[in-house]
Amino acid sequence: MRKRNWIAGVIITAVIFTSSMAFAGNIAINGSTTVLPIAQKVAEAFMKEHPDTAISISGGGSGNGIKSLIDKTTDIANSSRAIKKEESEQAKAKGSNPVEFIVAFDCIVPIVHTSNPLKNITLDQLKAMYQGEIRNWKEIGGADKPIVVISRDTSSGTYEVWEEKVMKKERVFPRALLQASNGAIVQAVSKNPNAIGYIGLGYMDNSVKMLSVNGITGSKETTLNKSFPVSRPLYMYTPAQPGGDVKKFLDYMISKKGQKLVEEEGFIPLN
Amino acid sequence: MTNIRSRTDKSVRIFFFSVALASIAILFMIMIFLFMEGIPIFKKISIYDFIFGKFWYPTSSPPDFGILPLIIASIAVTLVSAAISIPLGVMTAIYLAELAHRRIAELIKPVVELLAALPSVVIGFFGMVIVAPFLQETFGIPTGLNLFNAALMLSFMSVPTICSISEDAIYSVPVALKEGSLALGATHWETLIRVIIPASISGISTAVILGMSRAIGETMVVLMVAGGAAMIPESLFDPVRPMPASIAAEMAEAPFRGDHYYALFATGIVLFMFTMLFNVIADHVTHKYRQTGEASL
Repeated sequence: MRKRNWIAGVIITAVIFTSSMAFAGNIAINGSTTVLPIAQKVAEAFMKEHPDTAISISGGGSGNGIKSLIDKTTDIANSSRAIKKEESEQAKAKGSNPVEFIVAFDCIVPIVHTSNPLKNITLDQLKAMYQGEIRNWKEIGGADKPIVVISRDTSSGTYEVWEEKVMKKERVFPRALLQASNGAIVQAVSKNPNAIGYIGLGYMDNSVKMLSVNGITGSKETTLNKSFPVSRPLYMYTPAQPGGDVKKFLDYMISKKGQKLVEEEGFIPLN
Repeated sequence: MTNIRSRTDKSVRIFFFSVALASIAILFMIMIFLFMEGIPIFKKISIYDFIFGKFWYPTSSPPDFGILPLIIASIAVTLVSAAISIPLGVMTAIYLAELAHRRIAELIKPVVELLAALPSVVIGFFGMVIVAPFLQETFGIPTGLNLFNAALMLSFMSVPTICSISEDAIYSVPVALKEGSLALGATHWETLIRVIIPASISGISTAVILGMSRAIGETMVVLMVAGGAAMIPESLFDPVRPMPASIAAEMAEAPFRGDHYYALFATGIVLFMFTMLFNVIADHVTHKYRQTGEASL
């Protein structure tokens, strides 16, 4: 799903690039690939309502986005992490004063087969599983069955959250299976009683069972009050207090309409 | 009058020449692009470490770009699928060309060819939803998304290729050879084994190699059912990640012109080398062992 949007986004961006001469307003957005699908979806809707504004979006990663914010080559930088102190100082040295906007939340939940008796898991157990140290369900109080660990491709935003919040930057062991989308993980886990995987909360359905982490169930509420451990806010940064088209776009982003699109993309909206 | 005719002749020839040239030009452009985007990774890592490195962690810091597990996965999946599809494909071809009644052959042939018309994503979905749980339950293995499942699905895709090219080869063995053998008192079975198959072996080999080259380059199926673990497989039921699966899964979100992006293109170069090798071998076999006349057997 995200992938298809990505392709659509590239095409749209290309079209916009070639025809941008005719438009009045122009907004350049760069940065995180996690925020990319949200930015694209909202930008499409925004441009439909404001045909005189052209938005071009590229996703080179959070670091890249903030770098172009510092260099003033972008109007908005998408980021899946808060700006670092050094980065903000660099920006100030170059005469801009980055302003932070939280546009959505990411919440990643571990899932298992519906027949699995387990209800809760700790962060340490998850980490040990994904490092290949725990290999049987009985080690954490389940049946005597091997654990089949399913992970995402390493360049996805979902993997990024997992790596940061669960793995604490350690590597997932090579034996972990790989699936290329949230949907594929749901599919694979629902067909395998031994499996564990992780997905964005928006992709959760009845075919699989969600585990709570450290006793906290992943939900909109626990994400927004920051008690669920595998969640994070997603940001957009502007080089100064935004005005004009950029302000209009950011307002649209956090408006009801914009947040509805955020939810459709499988992220947690702000309200 | 003759002037106009020869001019038409000439212009038609030039037209067809340029059409042929266009496809060659396109191939070369793709090749140049592939190499341009892949070679920069070798500034960061030596070719040896790239090909023989055992760990593929393209996004961790520092990253590891070793594609040995991916290469071995591709080779393993192709070989296992060949072990399934060659007997199936070649025997079906022999049956269709030599043994089957015309009526039955006319019924079976389109069905086999229909197998080639199945979109790979459909075969992949079948493998994921039907075959994987079946393998899990039957063999009591941890996951049905593994080397064997992928090889099985790939052999479904290469059987039609192997079968139809082999059948053509068997069919084109001169009738005189067959009749001669039968006239000397050989049975149908002896004729088949001693005369017809040796006479068509170059065609059958070409079929096998083209079928394997199809299997090694196939992407969707291995992405969906091979499991995707970037490790060197120890058993037939281990999950693996062949090269095309890795490229397809990671390319969309690899930072443009970053090291990861270059490494994926370099993986593409390796894959391209493999398919090219297969095609060169197929071409060589066809030419060298071509059945040029009835006497050369």
